Amino acid sequence: MIKIENLHKTFFVGFRRKRVEALRGLSLEVDKGEIFGFLGPNGAGKTTIIKILAGLIRPTAGKAFVMGKPAGEVESKNKIGFLPEQPDFYQYLSGEEFLNFCARFFPISHRERKQRINRLLDQVGLERSRKLALRKYSKGMLQRIGLAQALINDPELVILDEPMSGLDPIGRKEIRDLIASLKQQGKTVFFNTHILSDVEVICDRVGIIHLGRLLKVGPVKELSSATIQSWEIQAEVRGEELKKDLEARGKRGEIAITWQGEHALVRVNDEEKAQALVKMILEKGGHLTEYFVHRQNLEDYFWKAVGASGEK
Amino acid sequence: MKKVWIIAANTFRENIRDRILYNLLVFALIMILMSLALVQLSTGEWQRITVDVGLSGISIFGSLMAIFLGISLVSKEIERRTIYTLLSKPVSRARFMLGKYLGLVFTIMVNLAIMVAVYLIVLFFLKCYFDWSQAQAIILILVKLLIVVAVALFFSTFTTPTLSAIFTLSIFVIGHLTNDIKTFSERAGKPLVQYFGQAIYYLIPNLSNYSWLDSATYGEIMPAKTFLLTLLAGIFTAGFILALASLILDRKDFA
Repeated sequence: MIKIENLHKTFFVGFRRKRVEALRGLSLEVDKGEIFGFLGPNGAGKTTIIKILAGLIRPTAGKAFVMGKPAGEVESKNKIGFLPEQPDFYQYLSGEEFLNFCARFFPISHRERKQRINRLLDQVGLERSRKLALRKYSKGMLQRIGLAQALINDPELVILDEPMSGLDPIGRKEIRDLIASLKQQGKTVFFNTHILSDVEVICDRVGIIHLGRLLKVGPVKELSSATIQSWEIQAEVRGEELKKDLEARGKRGEIAITWQGEHALVRVNDEEKAQALVKMILEKGGHLTEYFVHRQNLEDYFWKAVGASGEK
Repeated sequence: MKKVWIIAANTFRENIRDRILYNLLVFALIMILMSLALVQLSTGEWQRITVDVGLSGISIFGSLMAIFLGISLVSKEIERRTIYTLLSKPVSRARFMLGKYLGLVFTIMVNLAIMVAVYLIVLFFLKCYFDWSQAQAIILILVKLLIVVAVALFFSTFTTPTLSAIFTLSIFVIGHLTNDIKTFSERAGKPLVQYFGQAIYYLIPNLSNYSWLDSATYGEIMPAKTFLLTLLAGIFTAGFILALASLILDRKDFA
């Protein structure tokens, strides 16, 4: 659906034409029907990629294809829906007028156009504000009408630039649900964000980008749970001998221990050590209340990947 | 071409909902009506004064509308990021540019028609006549505005509305003086000044070619062939500037 080959983009900014490398040889493929999330800190190059795919920016070197056609080609846009970051639309139009304006660029009959507008306004929860001028829309409403215009042509590929940006938790959940429903309709969704939890919930695959380079790419489950970070044991400690033993191990640095009254929370970074510790606690009269394998979440993985890139 | 019309219609709608347009239009109509009072004070030659004041008013206010609406036409789209949504639709940048241009031209034509209607009413009440020379002057004003809109749009593609206004106004003023600048530079005798004068003469559209106001006040008619060639030259000039603007927009990154 999307194929990006060794993409470079260099901007020359300011009066002195300072050179800024936004993308440095990025390659990526997104398959049909998947939700792909692009993660990265501000200035990583996420929006640059999105704008190249939408035909707003031309790459300095490398190639980007959308549905087999060069990105930005007019024909390829027939089956693409795009929502820009922090969208602002023609303020003098009402929500309905704006959707009608967008729909007219596609080969959609008048009747079908009306039906789609009604359906989408209902879907994004703006049915009651359809006659309201866009200048009176709140940020969240603009985001939602933006999403509606991105879907007006029933696209195969939906490209969203920071779709949850500026939304309250309810609004974010609504957009997340809407993106998930697009997958059920068989659409491919490519979006970027810096909100990790959103990605973790809805994406099939994730790409982590930093300073214009793709650091990691893979399924969310793989990235967020492949590595076990630690084993945590929670036990009720009965008897002085067990207590002294645990404290001694803590002092030697074999385990990390936190006390809450008679309860000890012990953390070790080795499975064998964890099992030996459980055996010892039980033998010395302790009562095991919890045994927990702590896997890294996407945020842990993200910071590790960005940190390992060695660039700030 | 359908997509061009969609953009043109939207631009027209944008312009007619713009307050600047109404301010200028009301001001223009007041000025034209004031010519009534001016004519009452004059001792004679009602016809000449009415035509002079009326057509000058139409030319000046038409140009101001063209400049002030044109300078922000594309830059406003970029500044407000509305162009992001539009260009993500299956429409080329050249079509976008042409649509914006035609939308503004249509706005200008409607306003010109309103001003001309008021002008004709004034002529009627003052028992003055309307002839072909005045019609020629009005058509040439329209052609001049086609060029001014293209110039404003050209600057609007790569600079801010303020700078676009300064550049377009400069071109507008210099464009009316290119003949004089060429003549004076030739008389100066210095090669550098001559080259400079020639450069301005050939690079900047000669807007005085489209000014038939003085002749219209005396009822002089431009020969048909000259009139037709002037029209074609004007349309070609506007088209050329528009093509340049389109070329700039085509290479632009919307970062």
